[in-house]
Amino acid sequence: MSRQPSRRTLPSASPMVATLLAVVLLAAGCGGGGGVATSSASAEKSGEVVLMTHDSFALPDTVMAAFRQETGLELRVLKSGDAGSMLNQAILTKDNPMADVIFGVDNTFLSRALDEDIFSVYVSGSLADVPDEFELDPEHRVTPVDYGDVCLNYDKEVIGTVDLPLPATLADLTRPEYKGLLVVQNPATSSPGLAFLLATIAEFGESGDYPWQQFWRDLMANDVLVVSGWEEAYYSEFSGGAGEGDRPLVVSYASSPPAEAIFAETPLTEASTGVVPAGAFRHIEFAAILKGARNPSGAEKLIDFMLSISFQEAIPESMFVFPVNQNAELPDTFTRFTTIPDNPVKMDYESIGHNRERWIREWTEIAIG
Amino acid sequence: MDRNRNRLTRLPVRRLALAVAPALFLGFFFVYPLVRILQASLAPSGCLDLAAVAEVFTRGSLRQVVWFTLWQATVSTILTVVVALPAAWVFARFKFPGRDLLRAGLTIPFVLPTVVVGAAFLALLGPSGPLGVDLRRTIWAILIAHVFYNYAVIVRTVGGLWAHLDPRLEEASRTLGAGRVRTFCEVTLPLLSPALAAASSMVFLFTATSFGVVLILGGLSYATIEVEIWRQTTSFLNLAVAGALAVVQLVLVGGILWLYSRYQERVTVQQPLRAAADTARRPQTWRERAIVGGVIVFTGVFLGGPLLLLVERSLRTVGGYGFDHYRTLLQGGGGALVLSPYEALQNSLLYSLAATVISLVIGLLAAGVIARGRDLLSRGFDVLLMLPLGTSAVTIGLGFLIALDRPIDIRTSPILIPLAHSLVAIPFVVRSSVPVLRAVREQLREAARVLGASPLRVWREVDLPLVTRSVMVAGGFAFAISLGEFGATALIARPDTTTVPVAIYRLLSQPGRGSFGQAMALATILMIVTALSIVLIERVRVGEAGEF
Repeated sequence: MSRQPSRRTLPSASPMVATLLAVVLLAAGCGGGGGVATSSASAEKSGEVVLMTHDSFALPDTVMAAFRQETGLELRVLKSGDAGSMLNQAILTKDNPMADVIFGVDNTFLSRALDEDIFSVYVSGSLADVPDEFELDPEHRVTPVDYGDVCLNYDKEVIGTVDLPLPATLADLTRPEYKGLLVVQNPATSSPGLAFLLATIAEFGESGDYPWQQFWRDLMANDVLVVSGWEEAYYSEFSGGAGEGDRPLVVSYASSPPAEAIFAETPLTEASTGVVPAGAFRHIEFAAILKGARNPSGAEKLIDFMLSISFQEAIPESMFVFPVNQNAELPDTFTRFTTIPDNPVKMDYESIGHNRERWIREWTEIAIG
Repeated sequence: MDRNRNRLTRLPVRRLALAVAPALFLGFFFVYPLVRILQASLAPSGCLDLAAVAEVFTRGSLRQVVWFTLWQATVSTILTVVVALPAAWVFARFKFPGRDLLRAGLTIPFVLPTVVVGAAFLALLGPSGPLGVDLRRTIWAILIAHVFYNYAVIVRTVGGLWAHLDPRLEEASRTLGAGRVRTFCEVTLPLLSPALAAASSMVFLFTATSFGVVLILGGLSYATIEVEIWRQTTSFLNLAVAGALAVVQLVLVGGILWLYSRYQERVTVQQPLRAAADTARRPQTWRERAIVGGVIVFTGVFLGGPLLLLVERSLRTVGGYGFDHYRTLLQGGGGALVLSPYEALQNSLLYSLAATVISLVIGLLAAGVIARGRDLLSRGFDVLLMLPLGTSAVTIGLGFLIALDRPIDIRTSPILIPLAHSLVAIPFVVRSSVPVLRAVREQLREAARVLGASPLRVWREVDLPLVTRSVMVAGGFAFAISLGEFGATALIARPDTTTVPVAIYRLLSQPGRGSFGQAMALATILMIVTALSIVLIERVRVGEAGEF
């Protein structure tokens, strides 16, 4: 067949050049407009306020309706992956933000978010009802909305019994009686995992006789199991509650025991898991108005609403975190089934921001061994 | 000869016309967002940040990540081909009861979120599992899961061509005195090699960009480039290193695809294809029955085992077994779900259908361009179409956000979901139809033209019916990929556009036996819907006979 060779010669060059040209043109065309802020007036709808949040956000319909009634505004929610993905999205789109308010930036990400200068200052009138300990930013670029403690949960059938008491301190976890009992998450891939690492760093410090690195070496030697995410730790390795595994201690949340009770198949009179008060790390979640918001006045109303009693009291049972408004009452299940750790470790958000990458890297070296 | 020459000079114009739609689609939804995000990560202030690229190559742990990605993908691909090839043969050549349903069922692993399959594997590979050894967080767990996930790619893609091979060629070889092994190696394998190369290149891409499996089953010691990009992005917010890694990933994947594409052209032979229905028969001898039975049992146990474990978990209740979780789920999720499972299912089906249609239209046009030439256009286009499969989902997802706000802001539109899904599904359509299209004898088209058919009519009445089978196999895949996709959907899913995988993940992210049971129940419903949808899609036939 004489067709084969001639087919190679003629047609190939021009289309390839055209394709390349198209690609280059596309690439070049986008080069110029990088820094131009275009808050397009066409999309402006004063009747709508857009909330960017992470995928754990949930709110009962009645509360959504209350917002509509009180303000006359429609609330549109954009879920944007986990907290890290959400913040990335907000930073990358800062020239043309997709939302008016962002909710769910916590103290482990706060320093990075503030460095990027993506929030407007707003002082909500309702802040008077919020204890000072939650207000981390003196410039009021962010408003605290809720908090939650990451702490050890235990299986009541195995721990807290006559044979095996609760660990009283984090250091106890390296003792032989707790060998092979604990499962934690990788701080590089999991938010509770990072919180637990930060708790140990706050507890043992970076220098001194027994720095956190030494604690972790001892913990690894005591057969701690590290897994990548919360789901795997809780459902596949933990023995308490809904877990199918064989380890009675897991890094989880102070709200997990009430969740076990609420989402049990049959109503429980007593939670099957409990909270170890020692070594808790407190996440505080913030809301903020994004710079370049299309509806800044609506954004302010939304932040006020998030601090109102109706929103604050809906938080525990829909998002399993605790309200910052001191006048909000906790639902019955929460007061019955959990203890809020009264002495969570304190760590300043700026030092988290400066050191997190180094800490995680050092931790990884210890953990891989 | 004159007519021939004339046709040749017109050819590129027509192919170029065919290429317009796929090129625009890919340019706007892949190349442009990718360029924008790489620009934003690597050159935030306008000048290139070479330090990040240098860091990737100088830091030992990152070099290790690149090396691990390559070798585990190679081993996974070889293992998958070896394990799945017997099933490809059995499904292509033999008729047995329940064949269509079983073949559709092979795609179920594709639609299940990795957290769900991961839970099943952790239970099965633990010390009390059927293997009796603890393989959790070892390389074996990763390799087994990769074979599990990609089994269907080999069986369906290779089987798709195998079903059309003329068995008389093999019979002739046997009659001439060649043994089974020699016939397989010297007749069947060369004829199959285009499909084999196509399928294994896809398995390679899937395993090279493996994310959830490596994270959940591999534990601390293993990370692919994809995992590292995600970690750098979400945990360290270090877009520069993430961008540099994305470039490394693109170059590696692009290079391998280029090699593949050249190989694919060399090995393709035009051959008389036969209708699948004519080549398959019932197993006749005891020996054949034993082989067919053995392959079916192995497939059932290997793919069905982990899936049945999930079904079992969905039925497990406090007092034994029952449908309690299904009841709570269908009554509104017991407060755990924001959206009803019906709406999630409806969303999922709608997006998948849209993604399937987009992928089929764009994919078939592209396949036409690729199959009708053996030049730079063909090869370059092929590589470009495959690249989305080998590009990090995080990178593309973030690229969408900074690129798609002009001229119309579609960053928050639900249309993004099927668009993102079709980027991943188009390669399947292309890979499944190009080997068959290339194998179609040119004389058939020639004959149609001589009889006065227009180019469009030739395509519609010669090419299209001939490739229907493969195309519908690809359509089924596209549907399954979209149904199960989680990463992109989670990034852009809104409460009112929740899909089933997102709902499962949501249920699993809170403690409680009820949440776990409902998640498993929803996963079981997803499995059933998938199998049924794919059986339906594969029933679609084009042309009156449907096949040839």
